[in-house]
Amino acid sequence: MNLKTRLHILKRKYRGSKWAPAFNALHTFLYLPDETTHNGTHIKVADDLKRTMNTVIMAMVPCLIFGMFNAGYQHNLAVGDIQAVAGSFFSSEFWTLDNFLIGFWKIIPLVIVSYGVGLGIEFLFAIIKKHEVEEGYLVTGMLVPLIVPVDIPLWMLAVAVAFGVVIGKEVFGGTGMNILNPALTIRAFLFFAYPTWMSGDKVWVEGAVERTNEIAAGANLDAISGETILGSLAQGKEVAFSTWDMFMGFIPGSVGETSTLLILLGGLFLIFAKIGSWRIMLSSVLGASVMGLIFNQIVDAGVITETSKFYSLMSTPFWEHLIIGGFAFGTVFMATDPVTASQTNKGKWYYGFLIGFISILIRVFNPAYPEGVMLAILLMNVFAPTIDYYVIQGNVKKRLKRLKVKTA
Amino acid sequence: MGLLSKKDTKLITDPLADNNPITIQVLGICSALAITAQLKASIVMAVSVMAVLGIGNVVISLMRNIIPSKIRIIVQLVVVAALVIIVDQVLKAYSYELSKTLSVFVGLIITNCIIMGRFEAFALANGPWRSFLDGIGNAAGYGLILVIVGFFRELLGSGTLLGFKVLGDPIEKTGLYAIGYENNGFMLLSPMALIVVGIIIWVQRSRNKALIED
Repeated sequence: MNLKTRLHILKRKYRGSKWAPAFNALHTFLYLPDETTHNGTHIKVADDLKRTMNTVIMAMVPCLIFGMFNAGYQHNLAVGDIQAVAGSFFSSEFWTLDNFLIGFWKIIPLVIVSYGVGLGIEFLFAIIKKHEVEEGYLVTGMLVPLIVPVDIPLWMLAVAVAFGVVIGKEVFGGTGMNILNPALTIRAFLFFAYPTWMSGDKVWVEGAVERTNEIAAGANLDAISGETILGSLAQGKEVAFSTWDMFMGFIPGSVGETSTLLILLGGLFLIFAKIGSWRIMLSSVLGASVMGLIFNQIVDAGVITETSKFYSLMSTPFWEHLIIGGFAFGTVFMATDPVTASQTNKGKWYYGFLIGFISILIRVFNPAYPEGVMLAILLMNVFAPTIDYYVIQGNVKKRLKRLKVKTA
Repeated sequence: MGLLSKKDTKLITDPLADNNPITIQVLGICSALAITAQLKASIVMAVSVMAVLGIGNVVISLMRNIIPSKIRIIVQLVVVAALVIIVDQVLKAYSYELSKTLSVFVGLIITNCIIMGRFEAFALANGPWRSFLDGIGNAAGYGLILVIVGFFRELLGSGTLLGFKVLGDPIEKTGLYAIGYENNGFMLLSPMALIVVGIIIWVQRSRNKALIED
């Protein structure tokens, strides 16, 4: 008896009972249900919600695997065991089993906690509300481990996931009804609740916090640290990484957001699969570039001098803003969330543009919140329905005018 | 018959739950968000509002037949303002630190919608005894929510209750902190107070379906 039949029998057994939604969800998680309708004409489409969600997850898998290698690489580099990679993406210093295993054992628990807590709550609410389990958490659960620092304590992640799923999604009615992107709600919660674990120069490198504690306890070790590029820039420090490193992703940062190259590939895949909106991605990059260019011009005009605390972030070339921090990841995987983004095509242009524009604005002017893209997307999530409203009203007015011209 | 008749008892118990000024009427939210980061401040605020609303309701009720209705709002304001200034002065005299924590929010009791609301809706139409009970009841309903919110915000945000370190010492790493627990800084920010009030409303309405409006 194969898994599919077994699940089917289980589902039959629990039909009509309180636990039915949980078994229905398991049954259709990977397989199509084998019941067919017997009357009327039905349209069958292959890309249901589950297929969509799985496609997005596939687009994120390269980032996850790269994140595992990078976690180990940053650790070994900080400890001094290996040399920094020079230039090539396929450097033999980077793609080693040792690097991978360090990252693997650190990141797999993050994934398990994220899915375990999140899906647990989804199942619970489905049973309480007596409806089917919704697929919404599949993508969120994969996004969450990718946007947190590698050293985040698991219980904090669990608390944040519970908060994000309940307050960010379930209170609004579940998948498809939420105003804010749940993954970003979870990150924002972590950011404001436990700021010491979400910023600074320790949490981005595996083992750095532990090492600091050991030193405080009297161990004779060298402290290790690694600051994100945005963090260094906000403090006006020299950045030790080349532009090439930043693009490839050999830099400290949240687990899956460092490699702009792989994010770009994921984005192209989403556009190719017609799941991610290219309008949002493109306009967001445009918005960020415009804001970056404005800042560059201000610096060039000599308005801001090197004594200003905004100098180093403002003078960062606009294209470099696109590859540092979480901008690329946010634009490709978060801003394009079909539930919380604008629905109209014209609205998507405004929505994306403002996300890019505001991200860089927050980045530069509020060094305490270097990850401007998170706050920018959450802010625009709130405004997305308003944008849609005005786009539709504008359309209605235009058509009314056309009608008047004809009748007059 | 006890001290209170059935109708009078209802004046006090109703605002505690099914007609709570904060969770049902959604009045007085601003102060509930602003001062509930500490339990102590919440309690003092609750007592202050109770004093102002209880006495104020009686005063307005006594004057209800002689106040010209055209200028009644001004008269009500004068009464609240006088009472609030007394409360403020008492706080300053006997617990200066706390009055500094509460800062302008004691003064802002004047603008607390619950107070003017009860004057208008109840004291102007009822006798002093019933108005007093109504004032105490509504202030208690308000205070109850404040204390619940303050309890959770102080416990989870600072790890203390009324200043006592109930979860251990975060710097010495004792108690819960020894196993890696950390305070939730988000709890100290006002948005979290709004979310806690929201959760109370959620729990209350799912227990009593009659409260859900469409």
